[in-house]
Amino acid sequence: MPMLKRIASITALLTVAATSFLASSQETVRLGTPISESQLANFDLIAQPNGNGLPAGSGTARQGKAVYDARCAACHAANGEGISAATIIVGGDMQSEGEPLRTVGSYWPEASTVFDFVRRAMPADAPKSLSDDEVYQVVAYVLFLNGIIGEDQELNASTLPRVEMPNADGFIDQSAIH
Amino acid sequence: MTNKNLEKVAGNGLLNRRHLLGMGLGGAGMAVANTVLGADSGPLQIPYWSRQPGPGASPFGDRSRYAPQLERMSGSPNPTYPGGGASRSPLQHLQGTITPNALHFERHHAGIPDIDPAQHKLVINGLVRQPLVFSYEDLLRYTMVSRIYFLECSGNSGAVLRRDTPDPNGTAQSLHGLVSCAEWTGIPLSTLLDEAGVLPEANWIAAVGADAASMGRSVPLAKAMDDSMLALFQNGEPVMPGQGYPMRLFNPGWEGNTSVKWLTQIKLTNGPVHFRDETSKYTDTLPDRSSLQFTFPMGVKSLITSPSGQMSLNQRGIYRVTGLAWSGSGSIRRVEVSADGGRSWADALIDSERHEKALTRFSIPWEWNGGSAILQSRATDSAGNVQPTRQSILDERGNIATYHFHGIQSWSVNNAGEVRDAHA
Ligand code: HEC
Repeated sequence: MPMLKRIASITALLTVAATSFLASSQETVRLGTPISESQLANFDLIAQPNGNGLPAGSGTARQGKAVYDARCAACHAANGEGISAATIIVGGDMQSEGEPLRTVGSYWPEASTVFDFVRRAMPADAPKSLSDDEVYQVVAYVLFLNGIIGEDQELNASTLPRVEMPNADGFIDQSAIH
Repeated sequence: MTNKNLEKVAGNGLLNRRHLLGMGLGGAGMAVANTVLGADSGPLQIPYWSRQPGPGASPFGDRSRYAPQLERMSGSPNPTYPGGGASRSPLQHLQGTITPNALHFERHHAGIPDIDPAQHKLVINGLVRQPLVFSYEDLLRYTMVSRIYFLECSGNSGAVLRRDTPDPNGTAQSLHGLVSCAEWTGIPLSTLLDEAGVLPEANWIAAVGADAASMGRSVPLAKAMDDSMLALFQNGEPVMPGQGYPMRLFNPGWEGNTSVKWLTQIKLTNGPVHFRDETSKYTDTLPDRSSLQFTFPMGVKSLITSPSGQMSLNQRGIYRVTGLAWSGSGSIRRVEVSADGGRSWADALIDSERHEKALTRFSIPWEWNGGSAILQSRATDSAGNVQPTRQSILDERGNIATYHFHGIQSWSVNNAGEVRDAHA
């Protein structure tokens, strides 16, 4: 099969005349190897607002404090107040009189984004080193510090998408404007 | 000492474009009245380098030791943001429209991953008939296209909107260096998406990089099927590690961050993922506290690169005012230049080809008589969009957020010939 595929693809390559964007799609080789979604379970880390892609596991803010103190506080400070403008993750109010402080709590429209980002990119010095349970726990703690959920509220794949973010309606989608 | 034979086309010394034709190449500092060799320099001799053989061919070229040792400008490393930060292209020292690969701007969110292409995978999954995985070797066998495109960080020039006063140290590089232009070669993304078979429910793609941040962005499927490409080569060589080696997504004309580097996954989705870098970052909060999200095409923009901030004009005379113009919505139709802070304008000459979504070079001759001036450029694209002033953008959207700023840049020239950032 790989041999046949290869011969077919070489023929296809030789017969491609034009290199226009449109022409190429019909006449090009097809070399992608099929893979199943279950084989991608540890590879695909995308968590969507509807909960699609959230892993098994759970956690509460009470559990998350230990993770936060050990793995996050050095860069985000004891209560999320940050050590630089980029590392403030608690506080703010979009309706404040002066310029609004925009953080996870005041600005982000979706709770799934917190999980998605922390799981893939944090802690910044050792990304992807937390277990899924630890991510649920520490995300719960960050949301708790922002006054968005209670200390014992459990986050899991079905509860997290239902967390109401204060600025959920604050965004205007420009994607249709070209 | 004004030359009476020069045809003025706008206020404060802007001249007819034909006055550039006899000037040869060069940026600020060309003075027509003075020749390079004075009458007292004596008879010309054959130089020593014409009397002895030089070194032979070499495996990898280097620039002349006499040429300016151009460098990108970057901040110092921050231990609490490992690998994070940006480097800016030295726009004021470049000519033409193509950015040398080693000088292409960078923006990283967790540093540059050290990727072995033999182990790198590109996965296409989600709402497709058949999830697929591609190796680098496989991808090299696909039909490719080559296109010249600019890439601009949507945070470029944000400081110009943010600051209440001009930046006394500002240069074209420090203020606007997060834009570059290259010939990108790769596979139309539609080819690979078609191979996986996009299901009817899919209307966005989610693109994820293989860096430590697994930086992700959502892109509408319509763009992905239109002119997005999987870029494998940059100006003829494999894309640089800082640009996504071995492969990156490239979304022509769109905010740079969407062109995800080190691309390792494309997931077909219904609706956007709302990644951190399309919610917390790269969104623009307006004075009424609502925020614009998914602002994709970069607005029509131009910039005089010479003379520009921190340069000085050393003698009166004619200078070649030159710069770059670009638009995420098409090609550059027109660039106008003003030397009197926008009171009068003259059409500049377009020196380069006018590719769609690519940097375009313009120039116009200008006679500096030793007085003060405010130099500005204003671009119009093929869709008819005209570059706005800084003030009109400020009036419209404030400066709580400063992404997607494409206002007119002003450079002031004082009586001493010093060129500085200005707000006009
Ligand atoms: C080594 C320092 C460091 C550590 C440790 C760290 N972070 Fe971060 N974090 C950063 C930096 C720097 C940024 C900003 C990154 C950027 O803007 O690209 C950030 C950004 C964030 C953000 C997004 C902020 C925003 O408004 O966009 C969240 C949420 C976050 N971190 C959570 C965490 C959590 C939870 C932990 C612990 C599990 C953690 N971080 C550990 C440095 C760190």
